[in-house]
Amino acid sequence: MAVVTLRAPLSQRAGGDARHELPGETVGDVLRELESRPPPIVGWILDEQGRVRPHVNVFLNGERTREDSAVATTDVLHVLPSISGG
Amino acid sequence: MATTELLVGTKKGLFVLRGDPATGMPFEIATRAFPGDVVEFAMRDRRTGRYFASHTSGFYGPRLMYTDDPTGEWTQATGPVFPEGGSDGSGATLERIWVITPGESDGVLYSGVAPAALFVSTDGGETWQLNESLWKEHEAGDWQPGAGGLALHSICPWPGDPLRLAVGVSAAGVWLTDDGGQTWRTGYEGLVPEYMPEEDRDGTNVLCVHNMHRAPTRPDRLFMQFHGNVYRSDDEGSSWNEIRAGLASGFGFPLLIDPSDPDSAFVIPLVADTDRVTPDGHVRVYETRDAGATWTPRGTGLPGAEAYLTVLRQAFGSSGEGRGMGLYFGATSGDVFGSPDAGATWFSVHERLAPVTSVRVA
Repeated sequence: MAVVTLRAPLSQRAGGDARHELPGETVGDVLRELESRPPPIVGWILDEQGRVRPHVNVFLNGERTREDSAVATTDVLHVLPSISGG
Repeated sequence: MATTELLVGTKKGLFVLRGDPATGMPFEIATRAFPGDVVEFAMRDRRTGRYFASHTSGFYGPRLMYTDDPTGEWTQATGPVFPEGGSDGSGATLERIWVITPGESDGVLYSGVAPAALFVSTDGGETWQLNESLWKEHEAGDWQPGAGGLALHSICPWPGDPLRLAVGVSAAGVWLTDDGGQTWRTGYEGLVPEYMPEEDRDGTNVLCVHNMHRAPTRPDRLFMQFHGNVYRSDDEGSSWNEIRAGLASGFGFPLLIDPSDPDSAFVIPLVADTDRVTPDGHVRVYETRDAGATWTPRGTGLPGAEAYLTVLRQAFGSSGEGRGMGLYFGATSGDVFGSPDAGATWFSVHERLAPVTSVRVA
């Protein structure tokens, strides 16, 4: 299974765990699985149309990626808020 | 509740203030929820005691939360969210929750959002469904946004009749239903969009409603703060009559009524759309008790000079009725003001909060 890492406050919302092992064939599959597991964080990363929110960045093995990218069982996904501000 | 509880939504979280204007007990911060996020709106459903807060993370989007104790844990509601679109990715995405309004039936609440749509809950606010027929009007109607977005921000139930509803949209005017939201008609007659070239005004749907309330003891009457004017309707919102004469300005955002007096309304004029501050540095609430024929400025206790405040659409709340009605408003300066006597006198509730987006009395 792929590994997804989260930062606060998302990790706190997701049960306090920063690291999650999750099944899925695409980035979108993995993130939907993450959002639906208890405690649910539905809508925090993906909007209701299944798109990664504009100010959230998802990195797949260090490269920025999008919802339809394929995911292998050894892959690591980092979910990060965009860097905002001056 | 022995004290008055204010729910103050700000750009940096929800502040719950408690105090007692009757005894002079100062308002203090009981709790601050959702720190760092914009809380666009917060209210308490007085039928059930349940609190609601809509907040938006700059990163993780908007959501609706509810709780029975605002100093405790909040639960995320299921929705409001738009249905999934087709594979072409054309489905809408929720941008902001502008308002939550209790309906006339047990368990029913309404939510107005951006992009402009109405959502309905029949289980006390835990789950929400899109009103599809109004959304179809939106999609078919080429609705245009105002400066604050394309927002359904005012929801006016009809006391005792759950089938009738009026909603206000910036900038797509007034929409009315008599069948519980199955079909909708417009309430455009008499609204004049002075912000458009004169030759383009006839027939336009670019009608920038800023706020709208119904008089509960005479429900065919509504009052509206419009973009540059104030209007009254005496025919359920179908047509509107201008009532701005006597105001410092026709421009402003919030509006309230005294629920016991169908001839009453309160507005907070700002200079104009090009200068959205209190006129002449003088903060005043204007009151009418004759359905808009005359207006009286109420400023005793409010800043009288060098105060250039902006009071946003949802930042004006009330409790009670008649001459003992409580009025409370907040400004983007972070100041909150209150009146225990329907605006006759005012006091400072709190200073230096974050920019205020909404004020409601719990």
